[in-house]
Amino acid sequence: MGISILNDKCIGCKLCVPACPFGVITVAEKKALIGDACTLCGACEPACKFGAIKFAYETGPAADLSAYQGVWVFAEQRGGKLADVALELLGEGRQLATVLQQPLAAFLLGSGIGHLAKELIAFGAERVYVADHADLRGFIEDSYTTVLTEMARAQKPNIILLGATAIGRSLAPRVAARLGTGLTADCTGLAADPGTKDLLQTRPAFGGNVMATILTQNHRPQMATVRPRVFCPLPKDENRIGETVNWNLAKTVFDHRVKLLESMTAQDEKVNLAEAEIIVSAGRGLGDQKNLCLVKDLADALGGVVGASRAVVDAGWIAYQHQVGQTGKTVRPKLYVACGIHGAIQHLAGMQSAEVIVAINKNPEAPIFKVAHYGIVGDAMEVIPEMLKELKKAK
Amino acid sequence: MSIALMREGLCLPIANMLERMITPMEYFLDEQQQMIKELAARIADERVAPVAAELDEKEEFPWELIRVLADADLCGVYIPEEYGGLGGGVFEQVLVVEELSRACSGVAASYAATGLGTFPILMFGNDEQKKRYLPEIASGKKLAAFGLTEANAGSDAAGIETTAVADGDSYMLNGTKQWITNGGEADIYTIIAMTDKKKGTRGATAFIVEKDTPGFGYGKKEKKMGIRSSATRELVFTDCRVPKTNVLGREGMGFIVAMKTLDRTRPGIGGQAIGIAQGALDAAVKFARERRQFGVPVISFQAVQHMLADMATQLEAARALVYATARMIDSGVKDFSKEAAMAKVFASDMAMRVTTDAVQVMGGHGYMREYPVEKMMRDAKITQIYEGTNQIQRNVIGGELIKEYAGKK
Amino acid sequence: MKIVVCIKQVPGTTEVKINPETNTLIREGIPNEINVLDLYAIEEALRLKERLGESTVVALSMGPPQAAESLRQTIALGADEAILLSDRAFAGADTLATAYTLAEAIKKIGDVSLILCGKQAVDGDTAQVGPEVAENLGWPHLTYVRKINEIGGQEVIAERMTDDGYERLSLPLPALLTVIKEINEPRLPGIKGQMRAKKAEIPIWTAESLNADPDRIGQKGSPTWVKKIFYPESTVTAEIIAGSPSEQAACVVERLKGLGMA
Repeated sequence: MGISILNDKCIGCKLCVPACPFGVITVAEKKALIGDACTLCGACEPACKFGAIKFAYETGPAADLSAYQGVWVFAEQRGGKLADVALELLGEGRQLATVLQQPLAAFLLGSGIGHLAKELIAFGAERVYVADHADLRGFIEDSYTTVLTEMARAQKPNIILLGATAIGRSLAPRVAARLGTGLTADCTGLAADPGTKDLLQTRPAFGGNVMATILTQNHRPQMATVRPRVFCPLPKDENRIGETVNWNLAKTVFDHRVKLLESMTAQDEKVNLAEAEIIVSAGRGLGDQKNLCLVKDLADALGGVVGASRAVVDAGWIAYQHQVGQTGKTVRPKLYVACGIHGAIQHLAGMQSAEVIVAINKNPEAPIFKVAHYGIVGDAMEVIPEMLKELKKAK
Repeated sequence: MSIALMREGLCLPIANMLERMITPMEYFLDEQQQMIKELAARIADERVAPVAAELDEKEEFPWELIRVLADADLCGVYIPEEYGGLGGGVFEQVLVVEELSRACSGVAASYAATGLGTFPILMFGNDEQKKRYLPEIASGKKLAAFGLTEANAGSDAAGIETTAVADGDSYMLNGTKQWITNGGEADIYTIIAMTDKKKGTRGATAFIVEKDTPGFGYGKKEKKMGIRSSATRELVFTDCRVPKTNVLGREGMGFIVAMKTLDRTRPGIGGQAIGIAQGALDAAVKFARERRQFGVPVISFQAVQHMLADMATQLEAARALVYATARMIDSGVKDFSKEAAMAKVFASDMAMRVTTDAVQVMGGHGYMREYPVEKMMRDAKITQIYEGTNQIQRNVIGGELIKEYAGKK
Repeated sequence: MKIVVCIKQVPGTTEVKINPETNTLIREGIPNEINVLDLYAIEEALRLKERLGESTVVALSMGPPQAAESLRQTIALGADEAILLSDRAFAGADTLATAYTLAEAIKKIGDVSLILCGKQAVDGDTAQVGPEVAENLGWPHLTYVRKINEIGGQEVIAERMTDDGYERLSLPLPALLTVIKEINEPRLPGIKGQMRAKKAEIPIWTAESLNADPDRIGQKGSPTWVKKIFYPESTVTAEIIAGSPSEQAACVVERLKGLGMA
């Protein structure tokens, strides 16, 4: 069994009981007992102040993984334009590569995208593998998976990083399954162990209430996806030198079973939350859909865009494109103004790394105040108009 | 201050789950009844409550919600299983109407009025009629309505002037019915018309008339004080031909059909009333806990507590009476006119008092349309009026008492 | 057509809080529930069944014994069958091992044309299992599906959400789709369904009944494992601005001006 209670350390204090999200721990005769329904999630371990909970992992014999070298970043491109997240990953990849003393490479798939290699090098890639083929024009899981796994099998990278975008989240698991390796999604922190060459992948669990650090110890490549705006790109340096390798696709067999019939860009106003520097966000504390106009006014006055909590999107007040949070977009603007937002963990997960956070909420206990830099306890409906007045004065 | 807090309480499913953990007394529901109540409550909280104010404002018939009820198998709770229903009775119907009324009694009225139009078929229909009409009502595909009241015949039901003249293998109907709930929306109508004026109370006959029968039309939709999402219309019969096979029971049984039907549906109005009152009580207590004056929540004032205490007590008493009556009817007791009338009159008078008091407890806020209680007060009034005014109910009870004591002696 | 819906029972603890004194997780006592997005997958499967006729919907879940409750809910909603994969040997599985197990079960069910999953589960949140199951079966897959346009004997045409908009693609059957909320509005379980669910038998398949490779299930079959769990540190203390709305507004605007943001 992967988990056990060290009876000599356990004093039956019951601190672990409420910590179990599945409610399977009971205490009998002053000793904790873990029930059969335990899913080995590990949430109880840090709850014990006496070190009485032990996770015993059955790892097989350590495989020889020394042949796997290199930190790879999937250079996601859409319509011939590199996704920001790819550049951000190169920034983080640079740090990892340095610690591991392994090369940093980007791999770029698409059609007619060779020119993007230069940009990738400018943002830190030492080498860019380019797979250029008509069948890779639009993202189709089959073709991208085929090429990526081919490249990975041939080149044996130690680590592969992808952005947790719509593409990344569909591609990464397929590749991981084909390579039979581990994948950790939505990492918020990465670190490398120079000795074991392991990638320490940190991500939130249980809606962000706990953080977990995960390892893929016995398999390679170690794969991880990272949300946009979590890491920062290196400053662009046109003088950086790097190598471009054109991947030979002559022997690659492309499966055409899946066909792209039509591609549509979103008809509603393009909301670029991810890129916005200033976001003014609406929560249900605003009371009514018609009050959203105040949030829009404030966003306009500050030169920003409108975001929203999930509650507001679910209530139909605004389109999903504006949603910030775990099931929406992760943002890292310079300024985030939360209006009438309670601050549920899932929302915080999407915005807490903003540079400056201003929160307005009637409830002084609202969790949003735990991440805010400036907190106003009050009615957003009253405060925002006053803010608009003040901002007009400044002009 | 409390605007958003009030609204939040109505919309969060989890918050409502916690609120409804403040359950009324234990009434020993069986498994299916418990399921029906919980599902109806869920629909009320998750689907009805969010749109109640809008439906009231726009006076829109809640077709979407009828579909939700249909999909949940709740349209046929009182219809036998062989016709696609759940095989329950008046009690199950009361449970659904009560929960729906907590959220919006206009929706509840639309649901309950179908029962009013269906019980005649259930009680007096022959096999062929039951097979033809009940399944589609049970599945929620079609709604029903009951047409008795006319401009000159309200409480004095015997004064109806709509005529049905026998002609070959059909009857020709002429006349106008007034203030019919679900009028124009329902597909199946139970109409009471005079076949032989000379026979007085034995001269009326009950007919099933389907929508789109030539000669059957509607008047305008009435504008009402409350239950505004429910559709109330005139039914106009102009040489409307109805086949003899659509007679319920026999010629001359019309008023018996009507009276027996109303006896059976009066507890449902009781259910509507207790539901409205429960919704009002919930809103008032929640408000009183949050609203602060003189440095404390207003619920800490004895005056307010006493009002709430009285509201809660009479609500529970009404509930106990309505439930007991419904169960009594379902158990097969033959004679229950007195109890049915008592349940209706007591519950509806209670609902009027409780909703009025709820507005009072909430003060100025209670008067504002942004808060739900003024609607509940407007909605409660009709329960004292339709399906027999409370004055008629008292007549019934008085009459029964006389009979009972005369018999005893 | 046989449609399989993979569901997961998750703790209702996405509302969980941390006790600031003891720094431990506090469960609110809200019971386990079906992962929300799976309800949309079930609903879509039921709608396809109604649309196509002559189809069956099978709900499948890997989990501890209490996961049977959630499977019962799928029957209440209208699923024809529900199967639970439960075994001590499955515990500790990461997404790869879970996907292998589910895929083996689907092979055992046999004759499946379509698999529907919710985009992601609210506890793990990885959105990985769906695509990994598809890979294990060698089937094509799409994620973030917001609409199934057409489905016939050999092919399915569906729309998926991209970061810029939408795409419509055709996939040969059998295929796997993961769905998002935009796809439909899930129904509530009717009384008849609930009664049926109470009596339903939910078979439990173990590692043995799947003939599963012991090296690919549970902890053994999981390349990733949790090295450490810790509670996130809060590094920010808010400056709470007091006063009347106009005073508060004036103060915060001044702060923002000072930071060059207003």
